Amino acid sequence: MSRIDREPSRVGRIGFGLLVGASALVGSAGLAWADGPLVMYCGVDESWCRATATTYEKETGVKVDMIRMSAGETYARIRAEKDNPHGDIWWGGTGDPHLQAADDGLTEPYESPLLSKLHDWAQRQATIAHHRTVGIYMGALGFGYNTEELARRKLPAPACWADLIKPEFKGEVQMADPNASGTAWTVMATIVQLMGEDAAFTYFKALNANINEYPKTGAAPALAIGQGETLIGIAFQHDIINVARSGKPAQVVSPCEGTGYEIGSMSLIKDAPHMAEAKKFYEWALTPAAQKLAAPAGSFQIPSNPDTPVPPESPDLSKIKLIAYDFTTYGSKATRNRLLARWAAEVKNAPR
Amino acid sequence: MVAWGALALVPWYALGGMPRGVPAWPAAMQALVGERPWLIPVLLALLPATWAVIGPARPRLLVWSAVAGIAWIAVEGFGILHHGWGFEALATLTGSPGPTQPGLGWGAMIHVLALTMLIAHGLARQGVCRGDVFVVGALLLVVGLIVLFVIYPALCILSSALRDNDGGFAPTLFAAKLFGRPIWGLDCLFGPQACGTAWNTVAVASIVGVATTLIGLAFALLALRTRMPMKPLVAFLSVLPIITPPFVIGLALILLFGRSGAVTIWVADLLHLPRTRWIYGITGITLAQVLAFTPISFLVMIGVLQGVAPSLEEAAQTLRAGRWRTFRTITWPLIRPGLANAFLIAFIESMADFANPLMIGGNFTVLATDIFFAVVGTTHDQGRAAVLALVLLTFTLTAFQAQRAWVGRRSYATMGGKGAAGRAAALPGGLHVLSYVAVVPYLLLTIAVYGTIMVGGFVVSIGRDNTPTLRHLMTAFSVEHGVGGWFLSGSAWNSLITTFEIALIAMPFTAAIGIVTAWLLDRQRFAGQKSFEFLAMMSFAIPGTVVGVSYILAFNVPPLALTGTGAIIAIAFAFRNMPVGIRAGLANLSQIDRSLDEASLTLGARSFRTLRLVILPMLRPAVTTALVYSFVRAVTAVSAVIFLVTGEYQLATVYIVGRADVGDYGVAIVYSAVLIVLMLLILLVIQLAVGVKRPGARPASGAGAVTPMAIVQG
Repeated sequence: MSRIDREPSRVGRIGFGLLVGASALVGSAGLAWADGPLVMYCGVDESWCRATATTYEKETGVKVDMIRMSAGETYARIRAEKDNPHGDIWWGGTGDPHLQAADDGLTEPYESPLLSKLHDWAQRQATIAHHRTVGIYMGALGFGYNTEELARRKLPAPACWADLIKPEFKGEVQMADPNASGTAWTVMATIVQLMGEDAAFTYFKALNANINEYPKTGAAPALAIGQGETLIGIAFQHDIINVARSGKPAQVVSPCEGTGYEIGSMSLIKDAPHMAEAKKFYEWALTPAAQKLAAPAGSFQIPSNPDTPVPPESPDLSKIKLIAYDFTTYGSKATRNRLLARWAAEVKNAPR
Repeated sequence: MVAWGALALVPWYALGGMPRGVPAWPAAMQALVGERPWLIPVLLALLPATWAVIGPARPRLLVWSAVAGIAWIAVEGFGILHHGWGFEALATLTGSPGPTQPGLGWGAMIHVLALTMLIAHGLARQGVCRGDVFVVGALLLVVGLIVLFVIYPALCILSSALRDNDGGFAPTLFAAKLFGRPIWGLDCLFGPQACGTAWNTVAVASIVGVATTLIGLAFALLALRTRMPMKPLVAFLSVLPIITPPFVIGLALILLFGRSGAVTIWVADLLHLPRTRWIYGITGITLAQVLAFTPISFLVMIGVLQGVAPSLEEAAQTLRAGRWRTFRTITWPLIRPGLANAFLIAFIESMADFANPLMIGGNFTVLATDIFFAVVGTTHDQGRAAVLALVLLTFTLTAFQAQRAWVGRRSYATMGGKGAAGRAAALPGGLHVLSYVAVVPYLLLTIAVYGTIMVGGFVVSIGRDNTPTLRHLMTAFSVEHGVGGWFLSGSAWNSLITTFEIALIAMPFTAAIGIVTAWLLDRQRFAGQKSFEFLAMMSFAIPGTVVGVSYILAFNVPPLALTGTGAIIAIAFAFRNMPVGIRAGLANLSQIDRSLDEASLTLGARSFRTLRLVILPMLRPAVTTALVYSFVRAVTAVSAVIFLVTGEYQLATVYIVGRADVGDYGVAIVYSAVLIVLMLLILLVIQLAVGVKRPGARPASGAGAVTPMAIVQG
């Protein structure tokens, strides 16, 4: 009897010791929940994310918990969290994953009073997604080249998509892997819409002979131009402009045949823990006051609110031939998976 | 009783979410008021248990009632989720979405813990483990935690391998994915096409394994068998890669050897060669990994070589064997198992490496990065990620098993406690030269890489514009004087502080569970010990990306809603780095004579008292090693936590990756340099502290008091 009395006290003591350890772990859990009334998954460049979050905090006093992830990472995370969402708003990032999330019912339908005032392309994005997302900026696709390398090699500057498959650029072109990067998927969809599917695949096979690397992220080719790691890189024009602006010898080109574009989007996450706050942010993010923060942070996309001043560095829309990009077809999972599978089978592994 | 207290007093729910209203009540109240009747059995199960403790001893009843209590919590926890029934069958049976409950909270946690202790108590009364409550309790606790935080998440992700993207059961798709050409294709043998990812991974891992082992051996031979100059420098260099954040080595290699890298331009201009992109791909990955993992091989080989008694070599030479013959017939056979060990460790590390292939892999794909892009890429194919994870897991676990089978517990050490005098044989001339041939390029490369890192952060744009500047440092770490005094305005402070905070929180937990596990493995005998050891070491073999995704899948919803908290990051670190603690503990325990424990036990002390008063004080080096390495690895880890970070818990490495992603190499490098310097300082401080206190004088080895050797040798 006496032994039995003694035992539990020891058990208790061990348990207590372990609890102290465990409590250190869990203690932080409680804290995490106390603040951060607005959790923002941010899909644009980190400095733009930070500028937006801190400006909103200053103007409204609402604390913004910002986490920057690529659009693909954000989609994967929202999907994994769907039974118990932690994020409130998904701000920025290329449009396709937003459309995909809308298609999967991961985001919340919402129609802003400002919607009718936005550019057509921003409204179209909302209509396609049944108002589960909305366009906040547009970025035109293009390519760029390293001016120093081009001069050193005494090559003519490329001006059209067709120039990129010329033999003198063998091993000099970089484009992201469309299976990993949304940017490269936009390139694929653009070429398919410009040339038709079979001609497009003939083009990609010819291009494959000139490709030096398929990196995994969309901005990587733009960076590689600046570093001189590649002569030509296919990327969004604003990414190449940003590289050039930091003093690197990069020149952006808007392809002569016409080019596609992305609609950077914003979505409310379904069952968001702070839905009311998220909607307030949503409204604010469509105003010129919010959208003009991009340019000082080094992002030169075209803002979706026509009242926002377009930064002078932005690509001049009047000089870009934009194609009528079909987001319904090329934003659908079936088309994308089919084309990506065909690309992986016929192009990526083709001999060079 | 703790269990009753937990039921009656501590809030049952709300690990996450500020407890408000009913969910914040303790379980007893909720059950009795009738708000959540499914909690009643939890109370009922405790009644017989209490009786079994207070009344006449009935260990069997105690065990069963406590087991029933835990089982019911598990059933109701998974059965009733925060939005209704957890199983579809229940919903159709009752025809309603069902009752709801939030995630389990403090009360539930303490209760389960108390029940576990009751089971331990009951089992011990029945004579399990010689009736030692502490041993049974510790064992149950460790196994429970491993099942919860290693096995359960792993099963969560592996189950998605069998499903298609919409969640349906699709075994044929699984087979197609598992045996498909993207993984197993052998095209590269017959033409210019690329081979399957699995073969790529194995190829890189094998090359890296062989190269690091040989360079490591060369290092060890030079360090122990010759009068090589600069031994302290070598020891210093051997620690560097361990504290280097991932991505940094790859980045430095690109800045040096990329097409516009400093070395490439210099060589190309000198020899009028075209600048090429040779570094991208298998060459770059191999180079980066050899740089990163050679120190580990070096430390393993140093340990092995030290275990070869010089007296044997001396005897051989007395018998007129030449230096070469001595090496070939005496030294080589004795270090062979060590070579296998070093090879397999590098093999596993290379397979799990995520950062270097991502940075410098070019078109060359390996499993670790493929898994990542299967999840976040354009196709969002989680099933494919799970299949790839399965393949990777099979490889690493096989290598891990092979290592254990090969090296096992056999001892090749010929060094006894006494009488190990004698001088080691000098190296044969040819081998001496060969060793230098292997080591010197490595050292030069290491110096170049770290030179780049240290300089790169303080020039405008390394390679292009080498004007010195503090701009990057200011961006990341500026401190301003404002209205309310000094404040940290740099963009990196937040992540730096959070990283150190979380690493510090995870540190004692990692060390504690590791050391206790090591003690159980080394000093106790129980059924299923082999499988227990396998489970405990398993998290070492699961790639970080897989851990990250599986943690979201497992812990995002009640009963264990932990995502979005700092706790889950700390837990991920703790269980990922647990093997480090175990290995440190095992290495150290084997040096402590069992007769000491036996003396203590004979004198009537229980096992807990023995552990606390006799063993723990002598384990101090192991404890320190475990603490330091769990800290360092937590600071430098990236792949496991990239999915778990939140705005509030942004980590240093994730921040660095983000900067490198957008081409802001200056800030990325300066941040890495700061991290490296900070961790070096921490290592030095600990080395000094432990070095002074260490009783007796053990021969100083390799890196001094903080010996990573203890970890990798196991």
